[in-house]
Amino acid sequence: MAANMKAVKLRIKSVQSTMQITKAMELVASSKLRRAKERAENSRPYFEKLYSTLTDIAQGNTDFTHPYAKGNAVTKTCYVLLAGDRGLAGGYNANVFNKFEEIRGGSECVVLPIGKKALEYAKRKELPCLTESFAELADIKVSGCFDIATTLCKAYKAGEIGHIELVYTKFISMLTQRPEAAMMLPLKDLAKNNESASDEKEPGKPRELILYEPSAEVVFERIVPEYLAGVIYGAICEAAASELAARRTAMESATGNAEEMLENLNLYYNRARQAGITQEITEIVGGAESI
Amino acid sequence: MKTFLLRIGTPDGLLFDGEVERVICRSITGDLAIMAGHINFCTAIGMGPAVVVLPDGTRKEAACIGGMLSMMNGECSLMATTWEWKDDIDEERANKSKERAEAMLAQSDLSEQEYKLAEFRLKRALVRLDVKN
Repeated sequence: MAANMKAVKLRIKSVQSTMQITKAMELVASSKLRRAKERAENSRPYFEKLYSTLTDIAQGNTDFTHPYAKGNAVTKTCYVLLAGDRGLAGGYNANVFNKFEEIRGGSECVVLPIGKKALEYAKRKELPCLTESFAELADIKVSGCFDIATTLCKAYKAGEIGHIELVYTKFISMLTQRPEAAMMLPLKDLAKNNESASDEKEPGKPRELILYEPSAEVVFERIVPEYLAGVIYGAICEAAASELAARRTAMESATGNAEEMLENLNLYYNRARQAGITQEITEIVGGAESI
Repeated sequence: MKTFLLRIGTPDGLLFDGEVERVICRSITGDLAIMAGHINFCTAIGMGPAVVVLPDGTRKEAACIGGMLSMMNGECSLMATTWEWKDDIDEERANKSKERAEAMLAQSDLSEQEYKLAEFRLKRALVRLDVKN
């Protein structure tokens, strides 16, 4: 009995120290989350407006002469995969990767991993990486997004990739985050994507004509890298907030579980102690009687 | 005068959302002004001073760098990489960044990338100082 009690005592200690860690992580995540959430909410109007403007342009564009608009003949898709830098965030990373596998569907592709976990995943699955220089999600600022966009545009123009898609986690609320995929290039994809959605509502909606200054080619040449950078930045803000929210939730429930375990263990320990005392008394009484 | 809806957004948030009479900014080909009733239009923005004219005639000046301007169905959205109102510009910082960029450009052993970066910084600083004064 005594040996058993010792084991229980040790277990209680280890659960307690784990709980301390999960609690600390929860607090850290929630204080960081506040800032990340603000950043995500601030960047959202820009992100959405940019995306919808480009979709409008894609739908209104009739000539599709620029490679950014009409696409090149390459079928290979580059996925910009946004995952966390660290684990212990519940299903956050796994959900993004599942979404990625779902839309990829086993086809040949290139990945641009952002976040250490995304890089690890790409390496494990032996997927070719476009570049590995943007592995740390937390370090990327606006200028970093421009570098990513330039890299993507270069690869696109060189004919290494034919489509660019973004896989990230959208921050919906503190408790829900949803993995999502968005098409980015060529603009034809955007139009197609949107047409299937709006066709049911407004069949035969006339195309909007747009005037480009000085010409569609020059405008696309300038706008597309900025658009990519803007969309990637928006997605990074969303993903960072989602990661922290997922970690906070996961750690909160881990702390809850630890508390429950401690309660059970304490109960068991006290029972065992009580049983030990009772046994000792019985032994003493038994011994005294026999004298 | 007729007004139209203008939205100015940057990655750091939506900076302006409301009716305006006119917006003037520098596109990649030169200065342009947009007024109500403009045809659907799209262009890329260069670096330069920008002015927003409110319905009551007040002019709000800003430094605008990079991005795109689009006018769709009477609504104008100006998605800039950076947009700073005149009052928000930190003159000291712009001056320092100008000096740094000039010092950098004075070096002879720059790679093409570094040279471009420094040139870009200098341009940005000059636009800010130009708007501020």
